[in-house]
Amino acid sequence: MSTFWSLWIIVLTLVCLALTCWVLFANRKVAVRDDEDPENKTTGHVYDGIEEYDNPLPRWWFYLFVATLIFAAVYLVAFPGMGSFKGVLGWTSAGELTMDQKKAEAIHAESFGVYSKMPIEELIDQPRAMKMGVRMFANNCAVCHGADGGGNFSFPNLTDSDWLYGGSPEQIKHSIAEGRSGQMPAWGPLLGEANVASVSEYVLKLSGQDGDSALAEQGAAVFQQNCAACHGADGAGNILLGAPNLTDDIWLYDGSREGIQHVVRNGLNNNMPAQKDMLREDKIHLLAAYVYYLSYNEEE
Amino acid sequence: MKNHDIVEKNVGLMVLFVAVAISFGGLVQLVPQFFIEETTEPVEGLMPLAAVELEGRDIYIREGCHVCHTQMVRPLRAEVERYGHYSIAGESVYEHPFLWGSKRTGPDLARVGKRYSDTWHKAHLYNPRNVVPESNMPAFPWLFDAVLDGEKTGLKMERLRMVGVPYTDEDIEGAEAAVAGTSEVDALVAYLQQLGTLITYKR
Repeated sequence: MSTFWSLWIIVLTLVCLALTCWVLFANRKVAVRDDEDPENKTTGHVYDGIEEYDNPLPRWWFYLFVATLIFAAVYLVAFPGMGSFKGVLGWTSAGELTMDQKKAEAIHAESFGVYSKMPIEELIDQPRAMKMGVRMFANNCAVCHGADGGGNFSFPNLTDSDWLYGGSPEQIKHSIAEGRSGQMPAWGPLLGEANVASVSEYVLKLSGQDGDSALAEQGAAVFQQNCAACHGADGAGNILLGAPNLTDDIWLYDGSREGIQHVVRNGLNNNMPAQKDMLREDKIHLLAAYVYYLSYNEEE
Repeated sequence: MKNHDIVEKNVGLMVLFVAVAISFGGLVQLVPQFFIEETTEPVEGLMPLAAVELEGRDIYIREGCHVCHTQMVRPLRAEVERYGHYSIAGESVYEHPFLWGSKRTGPDLARVGKRYSDTWHKAHLYNPRNVVPESNMPAFPWLFDAVLDGEKTGLKMERLRMVGVPYTDEDIEGAEAAVAGTSEVDALVAYLQQLGTLITYKR
């Protein structure tokens, strides 16, 4: 803060305090009404026959004003208020925050410290760690993946054994920290409507649903030419690209005939936001363990 | 006649004194902040909102998002733990008007940028209950049908430039082309995704 603005604040604050004192003291009436003296009895005005006593401010009220003035003086000495003067206590809101954080850190360091050194495979057997995981999952992941991790349309289910990017502890941790970005191009313009229909029929069949066999046979060739590069020749997907397995009947989007056609035609674009800049390492570690735990039970 | 009688019997004089009395607070607490470096210097990397984001911001205002969502993380441990680094004055220097808000029915949005995917934001705006079952936020399905023409975007930028937002002539000329055809929901999501992303902080 420049000297000018510092002085500006100091001078105005002091002038304001001085004026307040003046209003309070200079206008103070000490003389208490003398009932015997008719001149001193009322303020002198009469409205509809009503007169008003001219009494001084009650004493307790007056001292309350004085107390606020004393408070102001003490405050301005102790805390930052007088321009760039920092106050004798050296208090800042950021400093108070740091102090609170240090206190909380001391409490948390113990549990996080132990768990952050433990491999994920061992963490899932630590009931307290998993309890912490539930809370952190609810705070950070549940808005998309659901409170139970069961997922939603376009948000993967984390409780089953089907993984777009792999379900090992390392892969899960990578997905959380670095995020994932999945793209499927729009094939409509490239393939034409007839091929979109046939390849969709083939994908229906792949996932074990009812489809038109003749069309699916045509679609198989289209699939091998265009889709196999990502989804694999057998349609089992590729976790390196996040290309989903098409041979199971687990769908992140609509798995009906119309739904599959829509995706083939228009493509998809989805991403999991990277958490590494927003969440601390030890929290990501514990979250990865919890997510691993969610699906681990399923695999048992 | 005593002194206070003079004041009490002259309304004009009383108004003047009242104005003087209450302006001390403003003169001390507000006026210096228009000029001191801590509040007028943009944080590093701060850019004026891009054309589409600017339109998104106006939709944010039009739909009254700021009535239920603040954009102000206070320096309190619980808030920093939940939202990220506390808000810095320099992040708001291009905001006219600022959208800090005063009431949190929903969570603070000052650092919502990049926290959720675009898909999530759209699903959530279409009907919040689809992704957060206990949410009491209203649904905004009409944002998906309305398309922006960008006719006034350049003009808005010009006006903002008059109050100190450093838009360039190219920004203003290209504004209409950048915005035209964008759906309102895309503009709003673009605005949300940049909120508070200049300062990273690991919670």
